[in-house]
Amino acid sequence: MASPMTVSPFAVSPLFGRFTLESLPLHEPIVVATFVAVALGGAALLAALTKFKLWGYLWKEWFTSVDHKKIGIMYMILGIVMLLRGFSDAIMMRLQQAIAFGGSEGYLNAHHYDQVFTAHGVIMIFFVAMPIVTGLMNYVVPLQIGARDVSFPFLNNFSFWMTASGAVLVMMSLFVGEFAQTGWLAMPPLSGIAASPGVGVDYYIWALQIAGVGTLLSGVNLIATIVKMRAPGMSMMKMPIFCWTSLCTNILIVAAFPVLTAVLALLSLDRYAGTAFFTNTLGGNPMMYVNLIWIWGHPEVYILILPMFGVFSEVTSTFSGKRLFGYTSMVYATLVITILAYLVWLHHFFTMGSGASVNSFFGITTMIISIPTGAKIFNWLFTMYRGRVRFELPMMWTVAFMITFTLGGMTGVLLAVPPADFVLHNSLFLVAHFHNVIIGGVLFGAFAAINYWWPKAFGFKLETTWGKRSFWLWVSGFYFAFVPLYVLGLMGVTRRLRTFDDPSLQIWFIIAGFGAFLIALGIAAMLVQFYVSIRDREQLRDVTGDPWNGRTLEWATSSPPPDYNFAFTPVVHDGDAWADMKARGYQRPISGYRPIHMPSNTGTGVILAALSVAFGTGMIWYVWWLAVVSIVGILAVAIGHTFNYKRDFYIPVEDVTRHEDARTTALMGAVA
Amino acid sequence: MSQCSTPAYLAPMPARRPFKRLIAAALLPALLSGCDLVVMNPMGDVAIQQRNLVIFALALMLLIVIPVIALVALFAWRYRASNTDARYEPDWDHSTQLELVIWSAPLLIVIALGAVTWTGTHLLDPYRPLERLDATRPVAAGTKPLQVQVVALDWKWLFIYPEYGIATVNELAAPVDRPIQFRLTSSSVMNAFYVPTLAGMIYAMPSMETNLHAVINKPGNYAGFSANYSGAGFSGMRFRFHGLDDAGFAAWVAQNRKAPLPLSRANYLKLEKPTEKVPVIRFGRVQPGLFDAVVNQCVRPGTTCMSDMMRRDVGDSAAMTHMPGMGMPQRPRPQSPLTTSDAGAAPPAKPADIRQRGPAAPDQSRTPHQKPL
Repeated sequence: MASPMTVSPFAVSPLFGRFTLESLPLHEPIVVATFVAVALGGAALLAALTKFKLWGYLWKEWFTSVDHKKIGIMYMILGIVMLLRGFSDAIMMRLQQAIAFGGSEGYLNAHHYDQVFTAHGVIMIFFVAMPIVTGLMNYVVPLQIGARDVSFPFLNNFSFWMTASGAVLVMMSLFVGEFAQTGWLAMPPLSGIAASPGVGVDYYIWALQIAGVGTLLSGVNLIATIVKMRAPGMSMMKMPIFCWTSLCTNILIVAAFPVLTAVLALLSLDRYAGTAFFTNTLGGNPMMYVNLIWIWGHPEVYILILPMFGVFSEVTSTFSGKRLFGYTSMVYATLVITILAYLVWLHHFFTMGSGASVNSFFGITTMIISIPTGAKIFNWLFTMYRGRVRFELPMMWTVAFMITFTLGGMTGVLLAVPPADFVLHNSLFLVAHFHNVIIGGVLFGAFAAINYWWPKAFGFKLETTWGKRSFWLWVSGFYFAFVPLYVLGLMGVTRRLRTFDDPSLQIWFIIAGFGAFLIALGIAAMLVQFYVSIRDREQLRDVTGDPWNGRTLEWATSSPPPDYNFAFTPVVHDGDAWADMKARGYQRPISGYRPIHMPSNTGTGVILAALSVAFGTGMIWYVWWLAVVSIVGILAVAIGHTFNYKRDFYIPVEDVTRHEDARTTALMGAVA
Repeated sequence: MSQCSTPAYLAPMPARRPFKRLIAAALLPALLSGCDLVVMNPMGDVAIQQRNLVIFALALMLLIVIPVIALVALFAWRYRASNTDARYEPDWDHSTQLELVIWSAPLLIVIALGAVTWTGTHLLDPYRPLERLDATRPVAAGTKPLQVQVVALDWKWLFIYPEYGIATVNELAAPVDRPIQFRLTSSSVMNAFYVPTLAGMIYAMPSMETNLHAVINKPGNYAGFSANYSGAGFSGMRFRFHGLDDAGFAAWVAQNRKAPLPLSRANYLKLEKPTEKVPVIRFGRVQPGLFDAVVNQCVRPGTTCMSDMMRRDVGDSAAMTHMPGMGMPQRPRPQSPLTTSDAGAAPPAKPADIRQRGPAAPDQSRTPHQKPL
């Protein structure tokens, strides 16, 4: 590491900026092997797409689509692909920590290992959890409120591609240059230009800034959708609970992400323009960064978990064959969590010298969050009570969540007690805690949601044998991987260590590594589950559109839903709208269709996002001409798009009739 | 460090707290097979109190967590779809009594935990001077704590003992049962100073000073390290902490005093350069005021101390007209004790001066040594 006054050692060429052939990590055999594998795989994929002439189909039907359902699916695919990358990082860390004992340096040098744990955190939060959460909300919310799309369909497409652009930059850093070696929040002064002169932190900044545009706009979009586009009769207190949690999540996004944007902008000014916001000297204040990043960072964890609370509510209610217990208190619990999410950020740094009263305040506000969260757990519990619980895969994930998350919540409240945090902060106990709530909450929720809504999205159920294998591997793998980390935390072992002295620790790291291996098998089983389900889709076919005896409006339409979602906008009389319609002997209208007004596809989002990648690359590598050209391009395309008047069209009544008649026939076939 | 024995805290468990035993019993298998859970079995009074709070908080929460998990399992089994004997009430979705219970039960737990948190956080505030050596012995009146100045460097720890005029790298020692007062800072990036057996961690941060009060109650050779990632050499940023009896500590000090190397500013600047896995270094003499110069980022000759810069920032505008660059005749200014150059510094501001700074006074606080913005 350079001493604080060193200037960047990179020579900056006018054409290539600070990129030279030495920037390619050819000296890291692991990276080179990965690159070869990725390049071969990528080449095979591109060749296959070309051979089967899929480019036009992908471009017309998916990349340029403004259909919230297709965008939702693309978000999910992005999240699952990035999960493979983020998990590879996890396996590498587990392996390193399992072998780097007794003077062994392990197999990763510091430069590589420090990038691996930074990338793992950044990818898992920003490019796995966020796309999965956003994808679910995108897919499900308009269907649940009886809408035909989101409020701003083009913006939705643009948001997705900006998120994907951020992911592209992170992946690029693996093979061109380096990623940050700072930890996932890039705290200065370590992330300042003096301590981190390379391109790593710049990759971090621009990947998050570009993806952040997508996240923020998607938040605005979904708030507008939920507030303005509900079906007639659906008052706020008759909304499905998933829509409530989505609304609160998007409020959190809109209020929190600008803080992240601002703090990263200040950090970039420090790095690019020589300002002194977060420097050690010249009046800079690194504590300001710590505060600001956590003012975003704490709401962020609720952004991830709240939609999953909605998923668990829908799943528990559906598979218990019962109305959700305590709907009203569930809504208020969500709102209380939303507000309190902004009042707890300091609990992430009790140990940085705040006074006792400040620490107590933030500790107690944190504990208070456990009250509405606890109430939610009880509400799910009493939804099962006097129900008829069907243990399909989504419900299995939900029960695993209820047990795992309760334990994770308990260790979280423990960490909220400042004197306890003084001995556990930055320890592997903390690492175990947040994996306990993020895997046990967010990922288990994502898997419940995938198994629950897959038949809606594709018209056939997911196969259960491989699904159950995946479930048991994941759940047992989680406990094997993270209980040892709790123990290690109590042994005084802290995070981000690359080598260890004390040989008595090794056995715990080996057990944790075994857990990670089980999780790897769980991921593989899940991919096999997808493959087998697609292969056997005809046996798994659901023509009713309502395979689980669902309770909310998305189950009222066909699977997969038509582009327009509903031929007639449903009218809502009760909370569980579809259960209510079924109970009152709802008859699906089979005539009287009208043309349906829909938004047109556009390639502008893809183009803007591609230009953003070019802009980010220019900024990261100091290729100033590229940055200037691409920012001018972004402005020109954005302005040009405002002159595009071909934004909407009508689906002709014949097409609507044809689709709805096909569904009528299918439904009659299902009954007969 | 590797004592694979029954933890000491199991023995003196007060009988009136049966839930503590429960926790201990739950943790026991792990303890016996996995050696030293140092956080659960520390040797310093502060860390012992922190551990007690961990156990209390866990026990309190298990009061609600265990029933919840048991109910999940029970309801999942009892209300499984194949069990048609169980009652089925598809429209039962509200009960005011039940709602009261499910909101108030966590609330009561949080009230209890919040009260303990408030008192515990204040009593165990790292800035609060110690009042007791352990549960039975208060600190005697007039006891002078051992002063230790800690500097986190890339990537090693520097400990300065101003009382004895000695300093060490990667080795810390303290007499048993004498309160220790740490003042901590860092040279370039953030680290956290952590000796798990002694007390909870506290960050050591550049340009900032933090404090920690602690005491070690049992002699021994313990592990200490940085608990906050600080760059490439972070994993090797470990030191040993020796708890010594009074005679042992006196001998340790004497041994260090014999070391020929002085910790001068020049030697500090050499030491400050990034190095990894540094063996113990001893300094027999220490230049006075070094720690304050490190905190204020002005060890290097020719740099202005941040404390002086801040004083100048709030300085009166009359003084500022005499700053370089105003075209006014310059006059000699008093030298700050912390300034190592001839750059000069304004005299400390009197409180009254702060009010006199108005918008009319341009920012003249920049020194010639400061990088222009």
